This record gives sequence, structure tokens and C-alpha cells, in this order.
Amino acid sequence: MYDLVERHDITPAPFAVGAGPLRRAARNAFPFIVVGGMWETVAHLGLFPAQFFPPLEAIAAVFVRLTLSGVLPHHALDTLVRLGSGFALAALVGVTIGILMGRSRRAEDILLPLVNIGAPIPGLAYAPLFLLWFGPGNVPAVILVAFVSAFPIIYNSWTGVKAVKDIWVRSAQAMGADDRRLFRHVILPGALPYILTGLRLGLAQAWRILVAVEMLAAVPWGLGWLIFGAQEFLNTDVMLAGIAVIGLIGLALEKLVFQPLEQFTVVRWGMMT
Amino acid sequence: MTADRMRSLRRGVITLLVVAATYEAVARSGYFAQALMPPLGIVARTLFDSIVDGTMLLHAAATLSRVLAGFGLAVAVGLPLGVMMGRFRSVENFVLPLTSALMPIPSLAWVPVFILWFGLGNTVTILIVFYAALFPMLLNTWSGVRSVNPIWLRAAGAMGAKERALFWKVIIPGASPFIISGLRQSFLRAWIAVIGAEMLAGSDWGLGWVIFDAKEFLDTDVMLASLIVIGLIGFVTERLVFGSIERATIYRWGMARPAKG
Repeated sequence: MYDLVERHDITPAPFAVGAGPLRRAARNAFPFIVVGGMWETVAHLGLFPAQFFPPLEAIAAVFVRLTLSGVLPHHALDTLVRLGSGFALAALVGVTIGILMGRSRRAEDILLPLVNIGAPIPGLAYAPLFLLWFGPGNVPAVILVAFVSAFPIIYNSWTGVKAVKDIWVRSAQAMGADDRRLFRHVILPGALPYILTGLRLGLAQAWRILVAVEMLAAVPWGLGWLIFGAQEFLNTDVMLAGIAVIGLIGLALEKLVFQPLEQFTVVRWGMMT
Repeated sequence: MTADRMRSLRRGVITLLVVAATYEAVARSGYFAQALMPPLGIVARTLFDSIVDGTMLLHAAATLSRVLAGFGLAVAVGLPLGVMMGRFRSVENFVLPLTSALMPIPSLAWVPVFILWFGLGNTVTILIVFYAALFPMLLNTWSGVRSVNPIWLRAAGAMGAKERALFWKVIIPGASPFIISGLRQSFLRAWIAVIGAEMLAGSDWGLGWVIFDAKEFLDTDVMLASLIVIGLIGFVTERLVFGSIERATIYRWGMARPAKG
């Protein structure tokens, strides 16, 4: 949450003249082929037992088998539902608190110390405490995810409301805007880029700890639990297939949620945070 | 201090007192078992005792050494690799696709696999911290080197700077705001990862392990005391260490300004 100046000159590398999409695809695939080849060589040489270091085709076979039997989609769905509900809770509470802190001096004085104390503690450190208080299962997992992603949302909404130019507020008031219209037409649009940034950071944070929370909270379904449970049976192939799904979901979040959000903010408001 | 700030301070203190008093009242009401919600006095006593007899300090030292080892490794790999990515197109073409594939995987997802491969203990924790801290370092350094104004490079070249002088006198200072913010982000990630990794792959020391272990015995006071220590260390590194590094370097050089608010 610091604004570095001079970020505008980072553009994607210009591609060589005449480089078509095919060449680009080949260039992107090349490192994966090298690393995959190294993995295969090590796996087939038998330096490590195949159980610990399965070849790629075994991982792919497990992936297909678990997907077709519906086990993997079920785990993934439960993880996504948990992520979604925790994040929705955090967005609701976080934006409300943030805006309140930005608008009212009293609310700021009261809430800021609490936020400042809670924020520097890594969310996972609360996990055992929440497990004790709420019992194992879904409730502590969702609350913890919400708790962790609320902090960036609060901070950014608060900063956003405070960044609304005083002169806009005063001119709107001079033109006779009442509180409700001031909020709806001046404060909210002015703070929105910051709020969106906060939501993006909050979701990223939630995603980063959710998998670990699932491992600790002993939920019946979920990708984290799938990986953790597979460790008991030394099913390295299942674990790696689970990690692949986690990577895919992370990538999808990145491409379908974070980047469009950032693009939208940058394009609509011509700013970058 | 103005009257305005005095009022803020007074309100802040009152809030904390009210929250503490509410907690204390609930804890003493016996509505929840005392094992689950110990009064603040007991938490303070536990914290004090564990600091005096040295166990808390040993746990903190174990966690800090793990986080520093993993973080140091990440900087040692991420910084040169990021610079090379920024300078050489072929390195960038090779590393960037791998980075974009690995980065969306949360570091803690690897814990069970690493446990199978390396066994419980320090290796797993340090590697997880390394994984968590590597990508922010790498990407920030890379963008930093890429963002060095080409005019500076050409000007230095025209004035006869050799490759080596160019690197130390132009590229590194030019990229420094990004590198420093990369260090900060990396450390933040590393700090989160080390607590999670210690919980999942705990050996017998470390703040994350102690919290997780205390849960088995319902030692909620130990958990809360460790939480306080974790929060303090996080606060000190974030505000004091990295804050003063930024003040002494990039703000002083006028390359970035502190965020508002």
C-alpha cells in the first residue's frame, strides 16, 4: 500500500519483428518442456521411489481419474464456496467499516487502534484459536478467511474515502447536495478505485491462506484437505494433481478477476495503485 | 501535540480499555470455559513467565532464524535472477512462464509434498518460506530493472560508462524503489508462510508450532501469549525495520513518496 511513482513505463516486452502467435506459444511452452523433461528423467531413472516422485503421466492419469469420478470437482467446488463466502463477508464488513472510518472522525479514532493491532498478525496464527472457539469444520474456516481478507479491504476503503478531494465535497455541498446524494455521487465514485484495489488484495490474501486453513480445520471436502489427507497414504500423485488444480484456480482468479478489475480501475479512472 | 490529536489518542485508549474490559468480563462470567477464554491477567502472567524462563525467546529465535534463512535464500536467488531477467531477453523468456505458472499456487499448499520429500523439520519450513518470498522479490526486481529510464542508460553509455559501471551506478539505483518494496513484500509473505509451515510441519520449536501444540492441551493462554509475540515481531519488522530502510533510501532520494493517510 505504497504508491511508487513511475510505474507507467512497464510494458510487456516488444516481440521480435514477425513473431507470430505460434512462435510466442512455442516460446512460452519451451521452459515447461525443459522442466517437464527433467522431471521425467529423474522420475524414470528411479533415483527416488516412484511413490514419492511419480512420473508426469501418472499424475495426469490420477488427475483424469479423479476428475471423471467427480472427486476433484467436489473438492474444488467446496474450496471455492468457502473462498466466496469468506470473501463476501469480508467485503461487506470491510467496506462498511472502511467507509465509516473515512467519514467519521469518531469512528476512525475508535476503530483504527483495533485495526492496527489486528493487521500485523498473520491470519493463520489465529487458526488454532478459532478452531478452539468455533469447533472444527466450515465455520472457523470461513470466519478466518473473512478475518484475514478484511484488513486490506478496510485499509483501502478508509484511504479511498479520505483521498476524495475536499473541494469536490465542498462544491457538491455548495450546489445543495444532501448527505445521501453527496455519498452516492461524490464519495463513493471517488473512493471506488481504492475500494476495488482493497477487494483485489483481500481476495488474493484469502486465497493464499485458505488452502492451509483447510488443512488445519479438518473440513470434509476441500483441496487443502485433499492434499493433506493424501499425505497419510503417501499418494504423492494425488497431492500433485491437487496442487495442479490449486494452481489452475489461482491462475483463473488472476486472469478472470484480478487483471480485469485492475484494467477496469486503470481505464475508468486513469490511475494505478 | 494539538488538542485534536489528544482527542484521537484519548478515544483510542478508551476503545482499547473498553474492549479489554469486555473481554475480561466475558472471560470471568464463566459463560465460556476458562480454558477457552482465559482472563487477561493469566495471559499476561503466561507471557511474562515464558519470557523470563526463556522458552518464548527460544521459540521466537527459532522462528526468526527460519524466516531469515528462507528470506535470505529468496533474496540471494530472486535478486540476481530478476536482474538477469530484466537485462537478458532469453532469461526472461525462460523464467517468466514458469513464474506465472508457479506463483498462483499458495506456498502452504506444498507443505504436505515437501514433508514427504524432506521429512519433518527445518528443511520444509525454510523451503516453504523460500517459495513464498521468492516471487515478490523476483518480479519486483525484474520490473525495477525494466523501468530504468532508457535515456539514463544511453546518457551513461554516451559518457563512456562500461557495462560494470552502468550496472552499479545506473541500473541498481534506478531499480532500487522496486527492489526495496520487493524486499518488504517478500518479508511479509515469508512471515505469514513461516507461521503456517511451522503449524503444519512443526518440529519442536517455533511460534507457529507452539500455538498449534497449545491447542492440543487447551492452553489458550499460551496461544494468546504467542499471538502477542507474533504480532509484536511483525509490527517491529514492518514499521521499524522496513519503514526506516525506506526513509533512509528511496524517500530521501526522492524516488517515491509515502502513501497518504
